[in-house]
Amino acid sequence: MSDMKQLYQEVILDHNRKPRNWGAVVNANRHADGHNPLCGDHIKLSMDVQDDKIENIAFEGHGCAICKASSSMMTSAVKGKTVQEADMMVEEFRGMTTGTLDPENQPNHLGKLKVFAGVKDLPSRVKCAILPWHTLHAALHSEQSASTEGSNDPVPDSGTVA
Amino acid sequence: MKMENISAVETPGAIDQARLDRIRADFPILKLQVSGKPLVYLDNAASSQMPQPVIDRIVRYQTEEHSNIHRAVHYLSELATKEYEEARVKVQNFLNAKESREIIFTRGTTEAINLVMHGYGRAFIGKGDEIILSGLEHHANIVPWQMLAEEKGAVIRVIPMNDSGELLIDEFKALFNEKTKFLGLTHVSNALGTVNPVKEMVAFAHGKGVPVLLDGAQAAPHHAIDVQDLDCDFYAFSGHKMCGPTGIGALYGKAHLLEKMQPYQGGGDMILSVTFEKTTYNVIPGKFEAGTPPIMAAIVLGAAIDYLTGIGLANIEAYEHELLEYATEKVSAIPGVRIIGTAKNKAAVLSFEIDGVHPHDVGTLLNADGIAIRTGHHCAQPVMDRFHVPATARASFAFYNTKEEIDKLVAGILKVQEMFA
Repeated sequence: MSDMKQLYQEVILDHNRKPRNWGAVVNANRHADGHNPLCGDHIKLSMDVQDDKIENIAFEGHGCAICKASSSMMTSAVKGKTVQEADMMVEEFRGMTTGTLDPENQPNHLGKLKVFAGVKDLPSRVKCAILPWHTLHAALHSEQSASTEGSNDPVPDSGTVA
Repeated sequence: MKMENISAVETPGAIDQARLDRIRADFPILKLQVSGKPLVYLDNAASSQMPQPVIDRIVRYQTEEHSNIHRAVHYLSELATKEYEEARVKVQNFLNAKESREIIFTRGTTEAINLVMHGYGRAFIGKGDEIILSGLEHHANIVPWQMLAEEKGAVIRVIPMNDSGELLIDEFKALFNEKTKFLGLTHVSNALGTVNPVKEMVAFAHGKGVPVLLDGAQAAPHHAIDVQDLDCDFYAFSGHKMCGPTGIGALYGKAHLLEKMQPYQGGGDMILSVTFEKTTYNVIPGKFEAGTPPIMAAIVLGAAIDYLTGIGLANIEAYEHELLEYATEKVSAIPGVRIIGTAKNKAAVLSFEIDGVHPHDVGTLLNADGIAIRTGHHCAQPVMDRFHVPATARASFAFYNTKEEIDKLVAGILKVQEMFA
């Protein structure tokens, strides 16, 4: 559990207080809303995607610290990446937080995002960390909304369309 | 060879330190370490823990007494039937019901309310009729009535509350009219701890000819209940919130109402005779207990009642009140913490929020110190909406909690604030 405190120390001291890419992208061409009914987490994601590349990305909303910090770090991590690269990171992040990917011993592109590996020990909080990634997938693939309702392991393909 | 249900706490008297030590020794789970720290269990409103004499009763039933009931003539079936029916009498005495046939075993409070909705509501509530519920209700006493209202074209009216979480009695009275057919009311709010003046409210409803169901899920573990004195028509509670197992609870209903109600489920045991032309239903309570019931759970609920009455409900109530006052004083003294639910008459539930920190983060961080609280909407979203919060953190106390545990909660809250500062 000290991992959990360490996670909080890192994400809260930094991203929760000063979220990166906060707000909305002007002239965005991709949008999605993410909603986690358990916590009441709600994020709005907007992106400008040009030639298959995420040129700009921003988020706003309200929620718990894990969700906010995960959103903040995600936007920093995928800015400048191609849609294919972002999709791969969605899969890897999901694998890490649900325990199917060991980020220390299996190849991945998660970098600093590995700080969220500890949430896999708290199934009720996995949704909080995954919500922004679920929402990113929905935005990249032209779905209007994402929800963590009904699943501890929200598979990106299962995103609900509003 | 029989293990007797004797615990160290059978004589009446206030819960002092010596008695508290003996009580705590009865609960094996309280010795658990969580996150490397001694467990501080403050989620009793969600589910309480089980003492050794009650755990022993499970073992005794399964090793020496199990069989199906109301069926065969052999030794074990006779024994299990006797124990099961004795458990019904224990529930009758616990609620001070007039007759044991007024007690129906259910899976819990939720099933008990659904039983009343199906058996009474579908028969006696129709188009345009009105059902009064309070704004404090748990979803279990809202959703079944909404389902009925949708099916029948009935209307739900809601009793509002003030900023302390107390129901507005004048507004309650003003909701009644000639279309009012039912009142569903929680005895104690699970989200805020408010104890409602149910006796007066039942009397008022009866003056208008309206029957009343009380949701006693949060009251039964903490107060002595007397359904004859309350004069309620139905009373529902769950075993797992009062040191018993999950999957068992009970519905009390006045005999004359249960008799005119339709069965909730069909099957074995709820019939007197069956042919393909005609089935004759059993008399109460059998009419409402279709199929093989949770026999073990019912008998163990009886043991939990023995345990609680052994300590004394009045002693439990007095000690929990002491814990609530101590916790309220300590927690409300912390700057940046707001207590939600400040009714004058409260059970040992402390809902709170910390400025700038989401309740789920509070819960996760307290868990890292071994402290178990509930975070979320507590299955009472209308209550959350009333106070404009998505969720709260909730500590709820039982008679086995200590002031030292409350001190740990306070220290945990201060650490969370420091982390988020």
